[in-house]
Amino acid sequence: MKNVSMNCLVKIAADINVQDALDFVASPDCGGVVLFVGNVRNETKGKKVLKLFFECYEPMAIAEMEKIAAHTITNLGIKRIAILHITGEKFPGETVVVIAAAAPHRAVAFEACEYAIDTLKQTVPIWKKEFFEDGAIWVAAHP
Amino acid sequence: MRVLLFGIAKDLAGAPAITITDVANVAALKEWLYVQYPGLRELRSLMIAVNKVYADDEQTLSPGDEIAVIPPVSGG
Repeated sequence: MKNVSMNCLVKIAADINVQDALDFVASPDCGGVVLFVGNVRNETKGKKVLKLFFECYEPMAIAEMEKIAAHTITNLGIKRIAILHITGEKFPGETVVVIAAAAPHRAVAFEACEYAIDTLKQTVPIWKKEFFEDGAIWVAAHP
Repeated sequence: MRVLLFGIAKDLAGAPAITITDVANVAALKEWLYVQYPGLRELRSLMIAVNKVYADDEQTLSPGDEIAVIPPVSGG
């Protein structure tokens, strides 16, 4: 487990930075780094999005993000991984999530990066409220 | 026991935390919540976390537990 925690960076903050993730995962034994950056989109189903607000159950969100990171290292062959997510208010174009996964070869890094963002969206207790010109909704709350 | 609420569950309850008594397990807590806040029934899912871990319906609850209501998540 020590090997895992030394090799993953998990963070929730008001602002996150792509370079922090890339710097953390850089390692001489890793020839492939895959980076996912999630930004606020300016529309949803044709409606203009003014801003997003993210709420986090922070201690549990960190624990779930650590589980995802640990799985990529223990089971998928990742050497180093960074998973960063923002909390609070963000506007179109601003970054809300960054994942960088590093492995000796690219295939593992692609697979792990996709696994990490897909699983984050399913299990990490973070909620997104979308603000439109005519109101606001909690995303995906209703069927 | 104290129960934390997030996202749309917080809006439906009108508070970020509530205090309840006499619920033995997760299933009983959910039933209590559904009666108290019927809007929760309309959600796509409703999970309960106990001490920061997702809990199944059979899990028993103790006064010292950190309990949280987790409506459908939408991070990323």
